[in-house]
Amino acid sequence: MTAEPSGAGALPILQVRALSRTFHTAAQGETVALQATDLDVAENDFVTILGPSGCGKSTLLRIVAGLDRPTTGEVLLDGARIGGPGADRGMVFQSYTLFPWLTVLDNVCFGLRERGLPRAEQLEVARDFVDRVGLAAFANHYPKQLSGGMQQRTALARALANRPRMLLMDEPFGALDHQTRELMQELLLGIWERERKTVLFVTHDIDEAVFMGGRVVVMSARPGRIKSDRTIGFAHPRHYSLKTTPEFGHIKAELTEELRAEVLAAARQAAERD
Amino acid sequence: MRPLVPVSRPARIVLGVAFFVVFVAVWAFATLGGYVSKTFLADPVTMVRSGWTLLTEMGFAHDIGMTVWRVLGGFVIAAVLAVPLGVAMGAWKPVEAFFEPFVSFARYLPASAFIPLLILWAGIGEAQKLSVIFIGSFFQLVLMIAVAVGNVRRDLVEAAYTLGSSSGSLVRRVLIPNAAPEIAEILRMVLGWAWTYVIVAELIGASSGIGHMITDSQALLATDQIIFGIIVIGLIGLVSDLAFKAGNRALFPWAQLGR
Repeated sequence: MTAEPSGAGALPILQVRALSRTFHTAAQGETVALQATDLDVAENDFVTILGPSGCGKSTLLRIVAGLDRPTTGEVLLDGARIGGPGADRGMVFQSYTLFPWLTVLDNVCFGLRERGLPRAEQLEVARDFVDRVGLAAFANHYPKQLSGGMQQRTALARALANRPRMLLMDEPFGALDHQTRELMQELLLGIWERERKTVLFVTHDIDEAVFMGGRVVVMSARPGRIKSDRTIGFAHPRHYSLKTTPEFGHIKAELTEELRAEVLAAARQAAERD
Repeated sequence: MRPLVPVSRPARIVLGVAFFVVFVAVWAFATLGGYVSKTFLADPVTMVRSGWTLLTEMGFAHDIGMTVWRVLGGFVIAAVLAVPLGVAMGAWKPVEAFFEPFVSFARYLPASAFIPLLILWAGIGEAQKLSVIFIGSFFQLVLMIAVAVGNVRRDLVEAAYTLGSSSGSLVRRVLIPNAAPEIAEILRMVLGWAWTYVIVAELIGASSGIGHMITDSQALLATDQIIFGIIVIGLIGLVSDLAFKAGNRALFPWAQLGR
């Protein structure tokens, strides 16, 4: 069911070309966060980027979102170079970014209103997406009245309601407790299985990366670059019990080894800096 | 008593009222007991009696009305100009870079020191009173509003951009609503300061107002009237403060959550 990493013939929806990012700080001088990186994402694929913290995976995602500028290289969406953030790339952040002065429903309306949709239409679309993430009963609540999981579900509805070309997710469930996180994974996967919206999903959680991804891209410790790239062949719809199968365990064990080497390298670097 | 443990609402009211009771009791004891000369401090009973005379026979209600009008007039003019400028400074850094050094300088200029100049420029009429209040509140408002607007969480700004916001709609739909409760809180606070400026303005060159009454009473050594005037100012301040707080709660219910 999943598309090949570089789909034959068809233009990838997202092309990352020789992308690098160097930060300049007064304290540490130059830090290479991301080394020249190439990545193609095919339409309808669910790509997870896995890496130790500080490996530049969030930097990569933020550049794709247009929230950060690359030092070299470029990002093409449908063949066109991106120059800044836009509604065509919906984003869900790790931090809770709902607008506290708007209710759940109005948060989901936010992007629709930016597009100039009439209010009645906004509400119709927003109600549908609030429903899909199971928050119909909380449509008129303010974000502060919601749990963390509910806030991230609203953020997901808000991003999806805007009908972006692709969805960018920066450790969206990272701040949630384990049980809530697993439920959120199933919810997101369920929505993806119905819509097949292209997703680029950053995480440091191996289970999460393998369970949801059609493709797992592992990044190395700083300076970040792509270390491995594998297709995950499990059929959809995926059931949560998949996580306990031997095949899943096998892939997980391999990725654990790969990631462990990177985590150790990152720790060594940190020790050398101090 | 353990630190930070909240107190129940009835207990809070009783404690708050108790302070006033103790305060008046000490005052009454010192004056009625003859420990303090009447020339320097009138007793509470005389104060209330002469306050009544002021209101019923000497047209003090008109003075109160004039003072309230001046405070509100000067403050509204300052707010109408300061809010847009503060928002612009908070949102656009070049605007801030242009105005901020001057406004920071101007806000340390004591409004009362301008009174002689303002009398020269605007006479001793209402324009002079309004100008004092304007100078006293405008620069403070601008700076505090600019900070409130600029303090928006960066991830909210980024979220708005990924939802398709332009620069203009970011200001209108994120920066302003985000800072609105704090702006309302700043207005409430600076209105309190405006009350101190109006009295100073009325102490010099005024023919009406609470401050004018207080200067007149000073010439007559009428401490009872002076204290009554001060208490009236305090009461009006308290009422306007409560009204502002209630208004803010009604306007921004979301800002009250999780407090």
